[in-house]
Amino acid sequence: MPELIAKSALEGRSLTLGGVTLAEVEVGPITSVALFPGGAKLAAKGLKTLGLAMPAPNTFVEKKGMRIVWTGREQAFLIGVAPPAIEGVAVTDQTDGWTVLSLAGAASVEVLARLVPVDLRLPVCPVGTALRTQVNHMNAVILRTGDHAFEILVFRSMARTAWHELETTVSMVAARAGLKI
Amino acid sequence: MRLTCPLCGERDRREFYYYGAEDYLRRPAEGAPLAEWDNYLHLRDNPAGVTKDLWYHEAGCAQWLVVTRNTVTHEISGVELVAERKA
Amino acid sequence: MRIDGKGLIDRTKPVRFRFDGKDYAGYKGDTLASALLANDVRLVGRSFKYHRPRGVLTAGSEEPNALVEVVGPTNQTPNVRATMQEVFEGLVAQSQNRLGSLRFDLLAVNDYLAPFLSAGFYYKTFMWPRVFWEGLYEPLIRRAAGLGSLSGRHDEGTYEKAFAFCDVLVIGSGPSGLMAALTAGRAGADVILCEESHAFGGRLLSDGGVIGGVPAGEWLAQILAELEALPNVRLMLRTTVTGAYDHGTYGALERVGLHKPARPNLPRECFWRIVAKHAVLAAGALERPVAFPDNDRPGIMLASAVRTYLNRYGVSPGKRVTLFANTDQARAVARELMAAGVTVAAIIDPRPDASAVEDCPVHLGAEVVGSWGRLGLAGIQVRKGGDVLQIETDCLAMSGGWNPTLHLTCHMNGRPRWSEELAAFVPMEGAVPGLVAVGAANGSMSTYGALTTGHAAAQKIVAALGRKVQIEVPQAEDAPYAVRALWAVEGKGRAWLDFANDVTTKDVKLAAQEGFRSVEHMKRYTTQGMAPDQGKNSNVAALAVLADATGRGIAETGTTTFRPPYTPVSIAAMGAGGRAEGFAPQRFLTSDQASRDRHAPMIEAGLWYRPSYFPKPGETTWREACDREVAMVREAVGVADVSTLGKIDIQGKDAGRFLDFVYTNTFSTLPVGRVRYGLMLREDGHVLDDGTSARLGEDHYLMTTTTAAAGLVMRHLDFVHQAFCADWQVRFISVTESWAQFAVAGPKARALVQSFLEEPVDLPFMGVAPVRVGGVEGRLFRISFSGEEGYELAVPTRYGEALFRDLVARAETMGGGPYGMEALNVLRIEKGFITHAEIHGRVTAHDIGMEKMVSAKKDCIGKAAATRPGLWGPEREQLVGLKAGAPISAGAHLFVPGTEIHRETDQGYVTSVCWSPTLGAWLGLGFLKDGRARHGEKVRLVDHLRGLDVICEVCSPVFHDPEGEKLRA
Repeated sequence: MPELIAKSALEGRSLTLGGVTLAEVEVGPITSVALFPGGAKLAAKGLKTLGLAMPAPNTFVEKKGMRIVWTGREQAFLIGVAPPAIEGVAVTDQTDGWTVLSLAGAASVEVLARLVPVDLRLPVCPVGTALRTQVNHMNAVILRTGDHAFEILVFRSMARTAWHELETTVSMVAARAGLKI
Repeated sequence: MRLTCPLCGERDRREFYYYGAEDYLRRPAEGAPLAEWDNYLHLRDNPAGVTKDLWYHEAGCAQWLVVTRNTVTHEISGVELVAERKA
Repeated sequence: MRIDGKGLIDRTKPVRFRFDGKDYAGYKGDTLASALLANDVRLVGRSFKYHRPRGVLTAGSEEPNALVEVVGPTNQTPNVRATMQEVFEGLVAQSQNRLGSLRFDLLAVNDYLAPFLSAGFYYKTFMWPRVFWEGLYEPLIRRAAGLGSLSGRHDEGTYEKAFAFCDVLVIGSGPSGLMAALTAGRAGADVILCEESHAFGGRLLSDGGVIGGVPAGEWLAQILAELEALPNVRLMLRTTVTGAYDHGTYGALERVGLHKPARPNLPRECFWRIVAKHAVLAAGALERPVAFPDNDRPGIMLASAVRTYLNRYGVSPGKRVTLFANTDQARAVARELMAAGVTVAAIIDPRPDASAVEDCPVHLGAEVVGSWGRLGLAGIQVRKGGDVLQIETDCLAMSGGWNPTLHLTCHMNGRPRWSEELAAFVPMEGAVPGLVAVGAANGSMSTYGALTTGHAAAQKIVAALGRKVQIEVPQAEDAPYAVRALWAVEGKGRAWLDFANDVTTKDVKLAAQEGFRSVEHMKRYTTQGMAPDQGKNSNVAALAVLADATGRGIAETGTTTFRPPYTPVSIAAMGAGGRAEGFAPQRFLTSDQASRDRHAPMIEAGLWYRPSYFPKPGETTWREACDREVAMVREAVGVADVSTLGKIDIQGKDAGRFLDFVYTNTFSTLPVGRVRYGLMLREDGHVLDDGTSARLGEDHYLMTTTTAAAGLVMRHLDFVHQAFCADWQVRFISVTESWAQFAVAGPKARALVQSFLEEPVDLPFMGVAPVRVGGVEGRLFRISFSGEEGYELAVPTRYGEALFRDLVARAETMGGGPYGMEALNVLRIEKGFITHAEIHGRVTAHDIGMEKMVSAKKDCIGKAAATRPGLWGPEREQLVGLKAGAPISAGAHLFVPGTEIHRETDQGYVTSVCWSPTLGAWLGLGFLKDGRARHGEKVRLVDHLRGLDVICEVCSPVFHDPEGEKLRA
């Protein structure tokens, strides 16, 4: 039996148009960490070995290439590192469940404002914000990684649709930019 | 319409799924008379004014919410997590 | 005609366009209406009902007459307001609602039939005979009455939707809106300023004047430059705020590409959802026409529109203009026309005490009582004292005062208030929470009034936002607005109120006379206010006429309300992004490409795309492929991608207890390494879903749901957990997307699976074990949905495609291969396995013969309700198998042979059918009254839709291997 070959949903596709770059990115392991009732202290101890802590709602914290992202009530995704042994939590591998797209460039907010029904103004949505919301009809986790940069997690099976939506929107925003009023 | 999820903040109505009156939270004990179950499952008030109902932040944090709102003015006066509700 | 030296159009940029097949020239900055008027085209449309010749009435989005079709390469847009459509090089437009040409509209005969077409004529005329309605009357009426036509082609245009958020939304960019935006903008608030037209400035563009000691245009340029420079201010041109909705949400339609030739990817329109903490309605006011006899001829226009055409577009709509108005303000247009060298033949002012000092004849205490001219105005009759004067004129500018543009304040059920002083309705304060009306929209009619109210409202908002700003309101014109109500002029002939729907004063009086005295009844009886302009030009006058006819005051008569949208919004814009591929996400399996490589037709299963069957050379129908695949599984081995099934990872000390609560049967006693079939009920006792759950560890389960109900089950589990047992030691998360899972079924399944495992596993039926496959950690389940010995092999999704290709390739060396949804369906029907075709939401555990699975030892969701009378017993329709010698259909109903076929004798229905190559018969699953006691009986299957009438044998739903020997082999 030969080794099975791994394949990402979009095989690393990327696109640059109208001042934004859209690309599928590899972020390493994604692990759901969900607190059991009363498990907060034990979990904190476990996460401390990585120098991390459970993030506050709607935020993520990045440290040494690792991220911990708030994804729900007493739940977070640990990204970019194999999970250490943590007590007090349910640990579930989510690595293969998500496709991660990065969207960066001056027009990135304009692009997302056409797909995401959430206030993306910087004072309301600063760098370090993690949103559980929608990209058009798809559930998503959106990370604001820079003033003009986002990472978007969508269900892997919907990656092609997410790409289609974003690509269409990027091209519409680019066409608008070319419009002299 | 906008709802303020206690966790995610103010969001558009499209992120939420509507279920029904908060009566669903008061499940009768096992062995309760059928009339009580009937009441629990099927009998609902239809108030012109303040009402409490259940919404699910389906496209967000997946939390069930108790929303206090006014059916006449559409004012929303409270949103609470079902999981952390005060009895 | 074009007036030299006037207007804001760009005379260095000529533009050529086409109207009704004829080429014309205009300039950049022109609307279609201004460019046509510049070319002396007055006749632009035909009226809705009588097909009367009509011309441009207004210069804004309220236009009722000048509705045209704009023809593009891929689109034809009807009912476009010529007053809003900007001209561009190559624009093609045509008039609408005519039979023949615009000049010789054959349907103009309707005008001569007018005595028979008065209000309520539909109700009176077309009642009898009834059979004539569909065949004759309706097609006739539809042909004769109506608006533009569609291309009949699919709209391939690009549309966009978008979301925006701000502290302050300012609606309208006239003096009040600009002042509000400037105040809030300087204070640092996030401001969105929406302007419906293609230039900012509102009436400043039309009226000029002096603000803060400089010409209004100069002031406007300064303010705009400052606003543009503020990073916290967003200026949105060509954007109409169309609706006010709950909690500070506003709808707005932006015309993105409609003023340019089409280009790839450029949206035609964008529908915005704007969420604003505060909003300022600075939409100005709409001038009112006067209902005098024959007031609808091309050339009769609103005075403010004439002024706009003159000052903004450099066009005089006539060579010899007359003015009929009841305010001092309206006189300005006459003076400006004269200053521009246009003859003003007369000013007719119904106020006897108004000033008579102008550079043209002024008739005080006079009224226009008629007009003449076949396809355009040639002259008017003026009644003064006892005399009637004839005045030759090709353009009459009329004004009956102004109505504040308060529509948005009514969108949340707010009722406006009548102001005697303004002879108009004004907004009720607080009608839309967070929205405040300023300037003319709130009845402050002077420029200074607009500036001060805009500023004051913005200051309040700024303070509420916790900000501060000092700003001085510039000096400007502040003349009092003296208006005397003038709704209608009595005289011989029809006087139009609603130009768009052809409603006259006579129709309103007739409605009152026939008992339709409420304003809501009058509206529906006459159709006044129901045309595309939604009564913007006619509502107040119509109810004034009604008030007069019923002897009540206007305040008492009340007004109909305005609902969204303020102007029409194309469905394409509202549904932008939701067409074709945007309608719903598409979910693709890792085996997708491999299946397509084998030419498998893909079918939708929920959002998923799954292979229907895998055709082999020589097979001409799906049935041939399906029959072969079924036999392949029964005799050798088949491989199918079952990754679409919902998978939920459940962990914690109370995981078993949680499963016991959501499933009817018990899972806390399931040994580690084993799998159990579970049945899940809704709290009302009906079946929600079914599936298998595996115990992977002491505190670790993996639940499987059906493909269709995966989301539903997750929502249900979340509810049960959060509502009833949030303090239990249990957490769960979907892992549907994390695993690619393949069913391997058939007598050779074990051999195929074992050949993939790095270490052999001896798995009992309903067992689960961790395995290593191709260097990867996976899971192996021994479960079957086919009735054969079956396994499901799962690996992390990224390896799915590789594993599927390998499994299929090796299966083929063993006489097997892939099978699709069709074969999967046949296999499960032969074995009597149910899907959501059977558990469709109205069946109970009893109905599907699983009442014994409802544990008596514990409570569970749905248990109490499932025991209610009526949800069990022989009168219920119960799951049965059906066997027939001829094709049968799902959806057919079952009857006792020999009885009449009708609803009352209905004994049940069929949910799934297939041709079974294994049994050589047509098989069905269905529900039959007291079915379990009726095995062996014959029933008559009737499907009126497909014309089937077949006698079937009732039997057990398990047709194949009823003892399950193959499963356990």
